Amino acid sequence: MNFDCSEEQQLLADSVRRYLAKAYEFETRKKIVAGQGWSAEAWAQFAQLGLTGLPVSAEHGGFGGGAVDLMGVMEAFGEALVVEPYLPLVLAARLIDRGGHAAQLLPGVVEGKTKLALAHNEKGVRFAVDAIRARASRKGAAWVLDGEKAAIIGAPTADRLVVSARDGEGIALFLVDSGSVSLQAYRTMDERLAADVVLRAAPAQRLEGGRAALEEAIDFGAALVCAEAVGAMKFACDTTLEYLKTRKQFGAPIGTFQALQHRVVDMFISLEQARSMACLAASRADAGGDPRAISAAKIKIADAARHVSQEAVQLHGGMGMTEELKISHAFRRLTVLAREFGDADHHLARFAAL
Amino acid sequence: MDLNFSSEETAFRDEVRSWLRANLPGDLREKVENYAHLSREDLLRWHSLLAKQGWVAPAWPKEWGGTGWNVVQRYIFEEELGYAGAPPIIPFGVTMCAAVLLRFGTEAQKKRFLPRIYSGDDFWCQGYSEPGSGSDLASLKTKAVRHADRYVVNGQKIWTTLAHYADWIFCLVRTDPTLEKRQEGISFLLMDMKTPGITVRPLMLMDGGHEVNEVFFDDVKVPLENLVHDEGRGWTVAKYLLGHERMNTGRIGESRRQLARLKQYAAHMMSDQRWRDRLSRLEVELTALEITNLRFLDRMRRTGQPPGADVSMLKIKGTEIQQGLTELMLDATDPVASEPLAAAVRKRYLSMRKTTIYAGSNEIQRNIIAKMALGL
Repeated sequence: MNFDCSEEQQLLADSVRRYLAKAYEFETRKKIVAGQGWSAEAWAQFAQLGLTGLPVSAEHGGFGGGAVDLMGVMEAFGEALVVEPYLPLVLAARLIDRGGHAAQLLPGVVEGKTKLALAHNEKGVRFAVDAIRARASRKGAAWVLDGEKAAIIGAPTADRLVVSARDGEGIALFLVDSGSVSLQAYRTMDERLAADVVLRAAPAQRLEGGRAALEEAIDFGAALVCAEAVGAMKFACDTTLEYLKTRKQFGAPIGTFQALQHRVVDMFISLEQARSMACLAASRADAGGDPRAISAAKIKIADAARHVSQEAVQLHGGMGMTEELKISHAFRRLTVLAREFGDADHHLARFAAL
Repeated sequence: MDLNFSSEETAFRDEVRSWLRANLPGDLREKVENYAHLSREDLLRWHSLLAKQGWVAPAWPKEWGGTGWNVVQRYIFEEELGYAGAPPIIPFGVTMCAAVLLRFGTEAQKKRFLPRIYSGDDFWCQGYSEPGSGSDLASLKTKAVRHADRYVVNGQKIWTTLAHYADWIFCLVRTDPTLEKRQEGISFLLMDMKTPGITVRPLMLMDGGHEVNEVFFDDVKVPLENLVHDEGRGWTVAKYLLGHERMNTGRIGESRRQLARLKQYAAHMMSDQRWRDRLSRLEVELTALEITNLRFLDRMRRTGQPPGADVSMLKIKGTEIQQGLTELMLDATDPVASEPLAAAVRKRYLSMRKTTIYAGSNEIQRNIIAKMALGL
């Protein structure tokens, strides 16, 4: 039993944190959000730091990192509320790596030139993988896709999409050029770039690995969302504690009031419990997957994210509601992360059934 | 990062587990599993079995009978006891009084008391709380006045767990009421419960159980050699004991057993989605606490730092989970059932409300975290 990070993992997390502290502080992030919604400069730095190569196998020029290797990065991204679509790239790259077409695509991904997204979600489907309606049909030796995907994070910037669709037998995965789909781009409530994607006879290349690979990717995503949420919760706890020590009312810092002390203590307890479950999720994801453990982790993270984010805003008073403070942006991110790759109710049902 | 126990740790756990399987008397396990009353004899029988095996005081130095186990082994051992349904090792002697003697006691005191604590010849209880001094322990009033050859003690303690079983009591008493800083006038005193002037009165709790007592001191004469550490340094001793809390405060093993028991007991409730969701959330909380506990242990092992406010977190979450489990068990019990187990489940629900109050209420634990960990 040990919870140490390897030296490489620690070095990587430290260098990501250092870079974000220097070049992705809250004011810079505001400018990115107010502009295009992502920063080419930041993305180039991610590639430079090795992040775009991290999920790619060594065979294709990457580092073959797993969930535990990615944890520290995701936590740092959570603290800084990074808006660039890194996780969609990770998931899509892993599916391509195992599903073919890797040699042609992944070197560009590692270099930071090619961007990817995972187009799976559809309206009304919520978290039921089997309920998707997008269809794949054969056109001679090739495949074409028809259907509508919704709220695909990173789609507006992606060059290629990994798309889930029914092929008549079950759920299969396909690679689609983003030039052959139509996109309705918008910002999510946590300020990320997303799009509704319409596929009309879109030419597609089939990837190996169907439903099982997709479910594995969703669980891998859930495990990493846990780590990202831990980062955002850490920020929320730290900044709330700082606020309690500096904000004065009735002639004293409000942190001297026991009613508030106990609430901030409970926030930190939630954070510790969530961190433990993020460790569990990542280590199990790397050990070949463990749906019950990953659901357990996602339940805890969803509950903790709700608790910590709501209390953080409440303890900041009116200032917590404003655009000006980073805490309101963390609130939005945590609200989304609590639901991403399955909300607490979805995972409770799966946990109890397993 | 590896959340699993190493092969050495697993082998150690298996050794403890198979010893327990062979040596934990069936009647005692059954009593624990059915929430039955444990008599003084029950507790002492288990104590002496562990003592014979050499496992009753793992944390002590080897020269006094400790096992030399590291913090992780000690944690595994204690959680296995809970998981197996063993009677508790009553902490007042083995864990608390012994820790104080080992740190602050004279050689004579160690030689006099430690072997008898180890063997179970002396049953100890703890005299801290008073009617007017609960969470605010430093306000205690029980008075010890020094004469040439003895202290004379007058006053009252309350919530004294198992005082009616005890041979000895360790007490915080006020030796100097004149000091402005009230923590400075407190001393740590050992008393033989058979000394004239000590009266024990039961305090019956709402589950009908007799666990706690009031203890009255009326001109009780205590030899000067029963003072531990210097006069007036009792608060230092009390604080040391607080920092010496065990890492199994979360009682993971016992809660794991209760959870398994609950799933079996409440099989008929599993089709009720609302009930099942409550159970799932509790299981998730317990898993999170277990991993948190392991993280803290790992950190302790690496840094050598005492656990500090971590223990407060384990106490808060551990007791909330214990109470949650008993509440689910109550809800799974048919409200009109009258068989003995149903009655025991109801009593246990009543009894377990104490857990968030005793050993430093959960509110005091939050104060400790706020001060020690968050700097508030």
